[in-house]
Amino acid sequence: MIDVKEPLIPKIGVVTDIRIDTPDVKTFRVVTPDGKKAFEHKPGQCAMLSVPGVGEAMFSITSSPTNEEYMEFSIKKCGCVTEWLHSMEVGQQITIRGPYGRPFPVDTEFVGKDMLFIAGGIGLAPLRSVINYCRHYRDRYGKIDIVYGSRSMQDLVDYKEIIDEWANDAGVTVHLTIDREQPEWTGHVGFVPNYVKELGFSPDKIAILCGPPIMIKFTLAGLTELGFEKTQVYTTLELRMKCGIGKCGRCNVGAKYVCKDGPVFRLDELDELPDEY
Amino acid sequence: MRKISIDKLNSLFSAIAENETLYLPVDTKAGAKFEKWHDGAVLSDALNTVRSAKDFFFPQTENLMDFKVDGKNIEIIDTREECEDFVIFGVRACDVKSFEILDRVFLAEPVDSYYKNRREHGVIMSLACTKPHETCFCGTFGIDASSPEGDIVCHMTGDALCMDAKTEKGKALLSRLDSLTEETDGKAVEEQKKVTKERLAKLPLASLSADSFGAGKTEKFFGAPEWKELSQACLGCGTCTFVCPTCQCYDIKDFNTGHGVKRFRCWDSCMYSDFTKMSAGQPRLTQLERFRQRFMHKLVYYPTNNGGLFSCVGCGRCLSKCPIQMNIVKVMKKLGGKEND
Repeated sequence: MIDVKEPLIPKIGVVTDIRIDTPDVKTFRVVTPDGKKAFEHKPGQCAMLSVPGVGEAMFSITSSPTNEEYMEFSIKKCGCVTEWLHSMEVGQQITIRGPYGRPFPVDTEFVGKDMLFIAGGIGLAPLRSVINYCRHYRDRYGKIDIVYGSRSMQDLVDYKEIIDEWANDAGVTVHLTIDREQPEWTGHVGFVPNYVKELGFSPDKIAILCGPPIMIKFTLAGLTELGFEKTQVYTTLELRMKCGIGKCGRCNVGAKYVCKDGPVFRLDELDELPDEY
Repeated sequence: MRKISIDKLNSLFSAIAENETLYLPVDTKAGAKFEKWHDGAVLSDALNTVRSAKDFFFPQTENLMDFKVDGKNIEIIDTREECEDFVIFGVRACDVKSFEILDRVFLAEPVDSYYKNRREHGVIMSLACTKPHETCFCGTFGIDASSPEGDIVCHMTGDALCMDAKTEKGKALLSRLDSLTEETDGKAVEEQKKVTKERLAKLPLASLSADSFGAGKTEKFFGAPEWKELSQACLGCGTCTFVCPTCQCYDIKDFNTGHGVKRFRCWDSCMYSDFTKMSAGQPRLTQLERFRQRFMHKLVYYPTNNGGLFSCVGCGRCLSKCPIQMNIVKVMKKLGGKEND
């Protein structure tokens, strides 16, 4: 036996709660077998979850670090590991290792700023951690705007939390939109990039984006039109990963490794990378 | 510096193998290959082994850990064991340099304990080249084939093997062999280095320069139109990455044995289409992008992160093994500008 820590060897995690968010997204609550948080993290960081025999995959930690009891992961069903995770029942053990990656600069560059969160679909998952962190330390940040869109009303992740908690906070404004009209929907209809332009945010804030590449692309163009500088815009990348510690080579883009140099990048940093993400 | 007569090599190997497992290049049907020494095993005359020496520290497949799954419960079994001391004889200058390149990946924080374990227990007895091949270009990367690095640096000088210990590990091993060896002034070694250097200077690739590549050159080379022509015939077979002493990308896969789950690490290749494929998309759709990744990593990205050190040692294996005769030399010549015309 070697008596040194090995980053690739995970811990055991127990799934203590499973929430069905949308037809293809579930949120899993994970603790260690003795009921504690597996490790501390910062908003934007990720963890490797695995099902032995099926595989290991990287997920953003959806819960805020300020939650001292457990971690949550909002996971869309779209591959072998996620398919298996979706079929789990409460009490199932999985493995967990992390935290990985560079977080959002919530304690430095974001302090004192107005915040604009823009998410599409499952893209809300990594942002939920930051949003709840900012809500927890409410007086450190200025006004908070959240623009969130999805294909349909049923595809909005964390809908209950958004409506019951976020929308009721002082200084927090939630702007929801869905792609197509639905009889029971009274809110905005349209794609996120257009909605952001319609809302016409003043460019004196930090913008954080996460969503499908096409949404990111057009929203970025919209933000630039509104006068946002590249140094004010952040996003979080997703690439295939195996190790999470900058060694296996999969998430290498230019001289960066998304797992350790990202997943959070500021737009001006992203511009220096070759277009391979 | 110590020396031993060539006709006593077997007794030298035997003395080493008494305490440590000894590996050395021997001739096989598939070419020269590092194998465990046994009495009478003959050191290969080949310039280098078909496969690189990276397997010693970063094996093609290795068991990382096991799992026992019982209903909803999982048990993680740490299968790591302290590696036994071993000696690798006959590692060439290029391959010795590759260890430094791998070290900077695997020994960087957080340290890979599997690699570190093997690295700490391995003693490298390098062997200076005397007759470099026309596919050799280690000089391009500042490597001197006549004077390799290593724990013990060896030179085969006609009738004797001269050994010079360079590290504590090397000194400990060499002093253990004192009764078999005798002191030498090293004149024969100096003489040999001189002759080898002359040979190296006459190699067809002796003037190949890497100067136009290196840290911070992403923008200069990434969008180059030449990638199209260079990558056009690439089959994506990944042979170059497997024979490469510095390629270190890996995959992690689970195997269900029926009695439990074994998690393995295996070599992987950026030349394969599923290397970056996700359920959410594929950032490198074409072979051009995958081909470019490999060379950009060796010539630009790795140096950017490692103080200018290139991730190629000029061993020439990819030159002789690529089924379409494409290789890093052609890439450097095509993209490297005037120096390489």
